[in-house]
Amino acid sequence: MPPFDEIVTEYGAMVLRVCRAVLGGAAEAEDAWSETFLSALKAYPGLPADANVEAWLVTIAHRKAIDVRRAEARRAVVAGEPPDRPSTLGRPEDWDGDLWAALGALPDRQRTAVAYHYLGGLPYQEIAAITGGTADAARRAAADGVKKLRSTYPGSHRVRAVR
Amino acid sequence: MDEDTTTRLRAKLAAAAERDGVLDVAYRTVDSPVGELLLAATEAGLVRVAFARQDHEAVLENLAEVVSPRVLRAPGRLEEATRQLGEYFDGQRRSFDLPLDFRLSRGFRLAVLTHLAEIGYGKTESYAEVATAAGSPRAVRAVGTACATNPLPLVVPCHRVVRSDGSFGGYAGGPEAKHRLLTMEAA
Repeated sequence: MPPFDEIVTEYGAMVLRVCRAVLGGAAEAEDAWSETFLSALKAYPGLPADANVEAWLVTIAHRKAIDVRRAEARRAVVAGEPPDRPSTLGRPEDWDGDLWAALGALPDRQRTAVAYHYLGGLPYQEIAAITGGTADAARRAAADGVKKLRSTYPGSHRVRAVR
Repeated sequence: MDEDTTTRLRAKLAAAAERDGVLDVAYRTVDSPVGELLLAATEAGLVRVAFARQDHEAVLENLAEVVSPRVLRAPGRLEEATRQLGEYFDGQRRSFDLPLDFRLSRGFRLAVLTHLAEIGYGKTESYAEVATAAGSPRAVRAVGTACATNPLPLVVPCHRVVRSDGSFGGYAGGPEAKHRLLTMEAA
């Protein structure tokens, strides 16, 4: 079994993109990323040798994203966020704000299906196993989501190239 | 994922793993006069020091197999070892004071390594002398093997074991490294 560090190196970016797509906010996504890999590290020695590591991580990320979302909902909003100032330095890192905003506007089912299929690289069968429902329903949700993205996101030709 | 994000997230993960007691093997690499070294520690102490020529990736794979696959780059646990090695290479330190985890060594090899700690800075012993000290005077070849497979070179000073004719003999870090260390210690 490879050192866990290799798993972080290989799948770290993928898990972060999935968490961002599902959760929207960058800070929440980073919390979910940490929780995902901590949880994965704990379970790692028991992972079967033939396991699909990608699907395993997306499954954990899915649960952690739900946890983070619930924790957010419980936290009362007291003060508004400080106003964002426009950046003069361009986009931070590989974060395309418009795309993530367009993703964030999708209904939950569509957004998760798009995230797990296009960002996580999972087949619809695996997505259905994670989110519940059937593979067909997951395929329809992803297709509807991408169709909506094409109409709302100006650079929609890039949707397939995100990975 | 850009480098800053990667560094930040990895540091946070390593800290959480340490806190929850699931960081079974922490490792880092450090530059040294004998090339890049890999340092690895369990919760019990330093468990592995490896030279670049020993292939760090293979060393980590072996640790994952023999100790635990819960291996993370986590420099925090190796701060003290890094500091003491730095002092040693600067000529400011003559012996190491670190918790050591000898779980990678057993039997006669462990007996050899235990004796090596008693060979002082700047001193050398022959393979035959070490064999006698470890309790098996005829096991000269086995002493060679024990030195060659020493999981904690530098800290457990196998470089201080030389041939009876005075030549240096082999070294996991390469003959130049052994020469360099012995010259440094003799100065």
